[in-house]
Amino acid sequence: MATVGVRDVRKSFGNFEVLHGVSVDIADGDFVVLVGPSGCGKSTLLRMLAGLENISAGEISIGGRVVNTVAPKDRDIAMVFQNYALYPHMTVFDNMAFSMKLAGAPKDVMEQEVGRAAKILGLETLLQRFPRQLSGGQRQRVAMGRAIVRNPQVFLFDEPLSNLDAKLRVQMRSEIKELHQRLKVTTVYVTHDQIEAMTMADQIVVMNHGIIEQAGPPLVLYDRPANIFVAGFIGSPAMNLIAGDIDGDVFRTPDGTAWPLPPGTRVTPGPVTYGIRPEHLRLDPEGMPALVQLVEPTGSETQVLFRLGETQFSGAFRERVTTRPGDMLRVGPDPALVHLFDKATGQRI
Amino acid sequence: MSAVTAAQWIKARRDPSWIVKLFDWKPFLVVMCLLPAVGLLMTFLTYPLGLGIFLAFTDTTIGRSGSWVGLENFEYLLTDPIFLNAVFYSVFYTAIATVGKFGLGLWLALLLNQHTPFKSIIRAIILLPWIVPTVLSAIAFWWIYDPQFSIISYIFVEVLGWRSTNIDFINTEWPARFSLIVANIWRGIPFVAISLLAGLQTISPSLYEAALLDGSTAWQRFRFITFPMLLPILAIVMTFSIIFTFTDFQLVYAITRGGPVNSTHLLATLAFQRGIAGGELGEGAAIAVSMIPFLVAATLFSYFALARRKWQQGESND
Repeated sequence: MATVGVRDVRKSFGNFEVLHGVSVDIADGDFVVLVGPSGCGKSTLLRMLAGLENISAGEISIGGRVVNTVAPKDRDIAMVFQNYALYPHMTVFDNMAFSMKLAGAPKDVMEQEVGRAAKILGLETLLQRFPRQLSGGQRQRVAMGRAIVRNPQVFLFDEPLSNLDAKLRVQMRSEIKELHQRLKVTTVYVTHDQIEAMTMADQIVVMNHGIIEQAGPPLVLYDRPANIFVAGFIGSPAMNLIAGDIDGDVFRTPDGTAWPLPPGTRVTPGPVTYGIRPEHLRLDPEGMPALVQLVEPTGSETQVLFRLGETQFSGAFRERVTTRPGDMLRVGPDPALVHLFDKATGQRI
Repeated sequence: MSAVTAAQWIKARRDPSWIVKLFDWKPFLVVMCLLPAVGLLMTFLTYPLGLGIFLAFTDTTIGRSGSWVGLENFEYLLTDPIFLNAVFYSVFYTAIATVGKFGLGLWLALLLNQHTPFKSIIRAIILLPWIVPTVLSAIAFWWIYDPQFSIISYIFVEVLGWRSTNIDFINTEWPARFSLIVANIWRGIPFVAISLLAGLQTISPSLYEAALLDGSTAWQRFRFITFPMLLPILAIVMTFSIIFTFTDFQLVYAITRGGPVNSTHLLATLAFQRGIAGGELGEGAAIAVSMIPFLVAATLFSYFALARRKWQQGESND
């Protein structure tokens, strides 16, 4: 178990810089999720932690030791790959014991260690099978078993659930989380799925275009997104972001609709982006009359797409809303849960 | 006026003609579909092969249709030192050339699988020996091995001054045997290298990354990942290579014609020599037929010893 330090790390492929100076501090035993859209550099950063990519500039340390020039096998890390990277010509046992076999461990030690990992993951009956004979979830577990057997200081996961179907993904999500709570090994987990990030992480690092947009606990990111990108990325359905101006004590869109500001805001008049999460809209007899365009009932909640003047926005309601496209509903935002962002910089005001 | 609506209108069903019925009849259709392929195979494969095997049991010569002599040709061949020598050299030639081709071919494939500059140009160059007509490259080797004008002798004698006499490549028994093997290896490498390269590229890079994290050395990655995963394709390529090498004709016939003193005859060149040049069709056919057991054995060996592994087979749960 160890802390992981990433200090002003840069990565260039040729003249093309994909990471522009990234710094993260990961506490011992933390579960950290790197999340962001494709091409944001999250997988590159993980591969640099693993030692599979060179570090162009900056410093990476594991357990207090700078590992920039340390070979992958000496970094005391284990990685689970997106495609699992199981050796297809070896049985589950041989896959899990491979690192010990390379190190020349005696057979009884191998059996004991593999047995321990297999027991944690419920793989005892599958040890003599080949990867081809396993289901997706079982392969995923073998890949984790191979990591557990090595007793690493840090676990690295590279989008491990993206090859699984939706139902299995939810199940494996909680299995990985549970595993982390049992083993308490520092874990870095890469995903593009913000729900995975929200449900699993102790700390989320949101990346975009090779920089870190915001890092923090999931609920902090949800409650106080630092900028427009994080606001739009975290949360499902996505936050409504509406362009307009501060006009006295209300927010006014170009078509003249007025939206309430959070109580006690002291903002100088000017262009801002107004953010309100769909689940923070309420049906309110005093609210703004909005035209219903689309209704999506999911059972637990109802999502409604509204139109008000020139602005489209969506709302999510826990209560059963019986409405149809073309109806007018009166809705209003919960003013305390409104986010305001500077229009020019995208930063939270 | 009675209007017919779409719901009421039914297309009149016409009885299909006899030819449509005939083609709908499955046995007829099967025969029709198989006929072209079977016809071609019978004409160009089964007939020559069958004729060759038949001739091996006759004493046919050119110009005189022979009579059935049973195993007489084979009995004679077993006492013929030239035939026995050809059997020995065919096996020796195939064994040494296969080892050489696969050693160098695998090495080249591994090199080309790395990120090297000008990779595609190098790959194209490597294919050259294979696309040059065999007889052309045989003539080139003939020059290289020429007793008087050999470029290798020239370099050693005139340029480097390491020797005072020209090297004897093809005019004594053993040097001639090895010279031909070298020429065959040179010609066979591209096929092996490119096929194995194709095999190497099917191995997922993440397996090597996983092995790297598991603490493997470069040799261990080759030994435990590359080699086992390459085995299936290696088996197929090796089967083909052994068959091509064992039945080789052009290189030997163009460079040495089986000489000196019949020491470099392969079964194919000897069969041609006896059957066509010598006119003894029956005996030549018998020599050619005697290759079949060797080829079957080689094929079975690589098929069963190297080919399908359990890990490749379907998702059975045994």
